[in-house]
Amino acid sequence: MKETSPLNLYKQLPQTNCKKCKEETCMAFAAGLIARTRKVEECTPLVDEKKYAKKLETLKSIVAPELRMVYIGVGEKQVKVGGEDVMFRHQMTFFNKPPFAYDVADNMDEAKLIERVKKISTWRKFYIGKWQGVEMIAVRSVSDDPAKFAACVKTVMANSDFPLILCSFNPAVLKAGLEVAAKVRPLIYAANKDNWKEVAQLAFDYKVPVTLSVPFDLDALKSMAVTFAGMGLTDLVLDPGTAPNGKLLQQTLLNFINLRRAAVEEAQRDIAYPVMVLPINAWLTTDDPVRASYWESVLTAAFVIRGGAIMIKHSLDAHSMMPDMHLRFNIYTDPRTPVQVKPGIYKVGNPGAESPVFLTTNFALTYYTVESDIASNGIDAYIIAINTDGIGVQASVAGGQLSPTKILDSFNEAAFKWEDQKFPAMVLPGMAAKFSGELEDLFAGKAKIMVGPEDSGRIIGWMKDYWPPKK
Amino acid sequence: MAEKITLSDLNKTLTEMNVQSLEGLKIEGDVEIEIDAGAGGVGPLFAYYFGQEAAKIAMQLMNFAKAVGYPVENLLQPVAIASAIAPAPKDLAAAAAAVPAFKMASALASAKFTVGVDKTWRNTIQEVTLGATKADGGSRGHVVKLGGEKAMPFFPDASMPHAPKITMDVFDMPIGMAKAVKMHYEDVINSPGEWAKKAVKKFGADMVTVHLISTDPLLKDTSAQDAVKTVEEVLQAVDVPICIGGSGNPNKDPIVLSKAAEVAAGERVLIASANLNMDWEKIGKACVDNGHVCLAWTQLEINSQKELNRKLMKVAGVPRESIVMDPTTAALAYGLDFAYSNMERIRLGALKGDEELTFPMSSGTTNAWGVRESWMVRSPNKDDSDWGDRMLRGPIWEILTGYSLAMAGVDIFMMMHPTAVAYVHEITQSLMGRIEAKTPDTAAWLKMGV
Ligand code: SF4
Repeated sequence: MKETSPLNLYKQLPQTNCKKCKEETCMAFAAGLIARTRKVEECTPLVDEKKYAKKLETLKSIVAPELRMVYIGVGEKQVKVGGEDVMFRHQMTFFNKPPFAYDVADNMDEAKLIERVKKISTWRKFYIGKWQGVEMIAVRSVSDDPAKFAACVKTVMANSDFPLILCSFNPAVLKAGLEVAAKVRPLIYAANKDNWKEVAQLAFDYKVPVTLSVPFDLDALKSMAVTFAGMGLTDLVLDPGTAPNGKLLQQTLLNFINLRRAAVEEAQRDIAYPVMVLPINAWLTTDDPVRASYWESVLTAAFVIRGGAIMIKHSLDAHSMMPDMHLRFNIYTDPRTPVQVKPGIYKVGNPGAESPVFLTTNFALTYYTVESDIASNGIDAYIIAINTDGIGVQASVAGGQLSPTKILDSFNEAAFKWEDQKFPAMVLPGMAAKFSGELEDLFAGKAKIMVGPEDSGRIIGWMKDYWPPKK
Repeated sequence: MAEKITLSDLNKTLTEMNVQSLEGLKIEGDVEIEIDAGAGGVGPLFAYYFGQEAAKIAMQLMNFAKAVGYPVENLLQPVAIASAIAPAPKDLAAAAAAVPAFKMASALASAKFTVGVDKTWRNTIQEVTLGATKADGGSRGHVVKLGGEKAMPFFPDASMPHAPKITMDVFDMPIGMAKAVKMHYEDVINSPGEWAKKAVKKFGADMVTVHLISTDPLLKDTSAQDAVKTVEEVLQAVDVPICIGGSGNPNKDPIVLSKAAEVAAGERVLIASANLNMDWEKIGKACVDNGHVCLAWTQLEINSQKELNRKLMKVAGVPRESIVMDPTTAALAYGLDFAYSNMERIRLGALKGDEELTFPMSSGTTNAWGVRESWMVRSPNKDDSDWGDRMLRGPIWEILTGYSLAMAGVDIFMMMHPTAVAYVHEITQSLMGRIEAKTPDTAAWLKMGV
């Protein structure tokens, strides 16, 4: 969406302020559309009443993302690919994190195949309150044998409900795979200069999204995209080529930047499709698995940041998956809303009657920093995260979101039992030291107020000097 | 072949068929309508989905809906139907083949891809030279140049005049390090000079940073006089440009760094760093008096960065070509999103014309080792998948932290692990087109063994 003024969207709404969308006014709803926190369909009068049909249509076309969004898979595990509106994440946010599709091959023996599929489907890591995991499986046809490929796809589907990418340049192989998998709406890879007619036919016959692969020739890639769109096939993913090394690697990045720019900054709709990255190509450059997995992570990072919409990957080593997952999480975090933790009391290690209570805010980064500084030093402690609407200590002290009365309320809400503590004491962040006088009055007889270091990295040293508190 | 059904039957049938796209229609009362299935228009694909019976009803409903102004045509395109209901592929293929709507193109269209450059980028980032050779009154073997960019890093708009540089950390006393890092420095941990030599000769560092952490009152509280001996030692051990860091203590650093600036006079070192919470003026002036470059450090806040840069220039008199910024590196999984966007905004702001931000940027990439994922043996969360070998996990944490920020505009990285240094060097050089290598057939992954 290029539109930035809610007013122009407001014009296309019923303007009745009927509140059915739970907003006070149509204008507020329009602002939600701009921020992409609301969907057009949530204004039910606009959808239901036929007198608004034209407005509905106009509005839908205005709010459509600049970069086309393609759906792969069905049901809960379905992934959205593309759908982006900006070049740089702080301009609004990136919306749809590129799904990682890890590969399996049709020449693997059954046991190995099942083991790999299971590993892909069950891998997970907890991070800022969420499980990180893989989204897709890419099935490669190494055999080039339609029957073998179909059997492999069948086995994969029997062991995982992840959306699939069916990978071969041989239309007969793709067709065999589609016979098995079309109902779960896989992405097919790929149409190229030689097979595009047959693959277009398959994409039409089976109603599946299709990848167009034209390495390192954006003119020819665009030609193919225009041709497919002309045939009514617009659920497209583009593969402009991923070179893992050499000068072509530089070209790869330039191509990605240019494609994103054409889509979101120049509204070139005929090339505005999600772009595929192949970090798996790192494995073509070396026989050393550590080197390959490192380089695969490096390639992944480059294109998570600069416009990759979907990725085919290979390394299932933790040292490659963990950083890639975290980087993707970080880059696709919505910068418009600070990440928060639930306010309340947290236990770090095994705190008991002799443990201190550290105070911090519910800004996730602050909280997790404090938590890790305590945990990694083997300290048993409580942390109370005060609800500051996700603002850090320094800013919330200045802005009033953190105050002595708020702290008192928070302890009351958490029903923290000071009487169970041998040394009832709360440790203020150094940056909130100025509250200590007022807090002493508020907590008189209940808890001692102590001032901790300004940086939680120094908690370990502070513990040595000040804990347990002297009478 | 006319037959009669009622609309309530029809609604029921359609509900059973789960045709949600037509639910918007409200049809009330039992109106009788006629169906003529022989009238044509029920294509094979259509018929396949709905079954003969339902197709007849749907056709009629469609006509009815059309009469009341509902845009049914749009809904009933074969594609829309296809995605509404999961098809059985074989029959579907046959049915689809019979639908005339799809017309195979006879040849690829001929299109040209063109795209412009960003015309809002009109400023150039200040070029900053670190180190001074004999000719310039110093004793360094060469200088290092930062800055000079006219576009975002690795973008097509303008090439980068200088590759990002790496300065490796050296400490003036043994410190705690992750196991994966420590193994590379155990032999030199008590000798900053040897440490610096190893960083340059063995690990290929462009520069070294000597951190005078022993001056921290909470550590050894070494005096400024004693601490700067380490600076002299390092300057003699290596001839690359150097960076001098304090302990981070806001009271002590201005004293220590001013003294260090004096003993290194003429060498054009990077003094790390001045910060709004300390006597930045004293540090800025020490840089001016001794011909050094001042690192302006702020904490993830673009306006503070502008304020500090402004004060260093206007109050302390630091010239533009002697300022580098450290907007803080929050590492991967530890706030990298903040650090990344803060730096990207700073660089974009600079390119678009904000003169208070047009300086090269530095990243304390070593912070990656503070993230538990980089050094912990195993996950504290027992439900996590296995974390693998930490000796392999650590370096990649530092690589991705640094490299992501290279994409945001960082010019110089402070790093520790030799493998991480090598990879950040290789990828940044690659993206500048400076590394020749035979690129494999990029479709070969399809049939790759592994
Ligand atoms: S539902 Fe639609 S018409 Fe009603 S208030 Fe919301 S935006 Fe306005």
